[in-house]
Amino acid sequence: MRWLKAVIREIWGLFVEDGSFAGAIVIWLGVVLFGIRRFAWNTRWGGIALFAGLALLLVENVLRHARKSRR
Amino acid sequence: MLGLLSASWTRVGTTVVASFLASLVECVEALTVVLAVGSVRGWRSALSGAAAALAVLAAVAAMLGPQLRRIPLHVIQLGVGTMVLLFGLRWLRKAILRAAGRIALHDEEAAYVKNTAAMRQSARTSPGALDQVAVAAAFNITMLEGTEVVFLVIALGAGGTGLLLPASIGAVLALAMVAGLGAALHRPLARVPENTLKFLVGVLLAGFGTFWVGEGAGFVWPGGDVAIFGLVTAYLAIALLLVATARSSPMGTGD
Repeated sequence: MRWLKAVIREIWGLFVEDGSFAGAIVIWLGVVLFGIRRFAWNTRWGGIALFAGLALLLVENVLRHARKSRR
Repeated sequence: MLGLLSASWTRVGTTVVASFLASLVECVEALTVVLAVGSVRGWRSALSGAAAALAVLAAVAAMLGPQLRRIPLHVIQLGVGTMVLLFGLRWLRKAILRAAGRIALHDEEAAYVKNTAAMRQSARTSPGALDQVAVAAAFNITMLEGTEVVFLVIALGAGGTGLLLPASIGAVLALAMVAGLGAALHRPLARVPENTLKFLVGVLLAGFGTFWVGEGAGFVWPGGDVAIFGLVTAYLAIALLLVATARSSPMGTGD
């Protein structure tokens, strides 16, 4: 079973390095896909909202880590 | 082939380039370890391990790829798009922090030295027989990096009808190029600008992932497929700005 754990850990590591970043991406996708669509958001603006949220998450995460890190 | 003809050249071209660049990074990392194993423990064992892993990966890709055709496209776009986003944004985030000097760059020469030393410490098997340590080490690294390549090929190929072939071509070209250079030079490809490649691939995958998730959700992208270029350009601009900002922001204590 050890090899199975190693395989699962490797596959998990492909997508998740910073848990808070990955979690925020999944939550934002959920908000856009289920929240905005449910309230009949104009499908033309849905893509732009999707991109804007992801870009904001990237900016916030990088700047937070840049402030915390040392060279 | 019919599928390839039906896919737009915007998608085919960007798929080949994204697959080639992403696979190039993974192949370079695998080559470093295979070279370290081969130079210390013998080429026959190192190449046997790498070849066995490539055979397993090719079988997995051949099994999984066609199965995707049975799933409705919008479901694949949502599922694979989410995975591509997680993968691409993870790479992009790390590449930005590396480019800004906030985390250390990956050093192929250092990895080669470390792996060479590790191979020297392990006990040798009898002459003539395959060296089990070498076979296992080469197999493991090829499987590890190759799994990422297979995921990327399937993910990029699943984004639309007829894209699996262009994605596979990109990966095979990268593998052939790295294997050819490795065979000719017999040293790690330390001059390959790995972080720059990861930066570009992160930007491309973030753009692809956003586009596919949007398409899968039924959103209408302005300009259709051309919106991929807009998304990639926007992510690139944001990433470059972030590098400059992160580089100039005050340092923390690291605690």
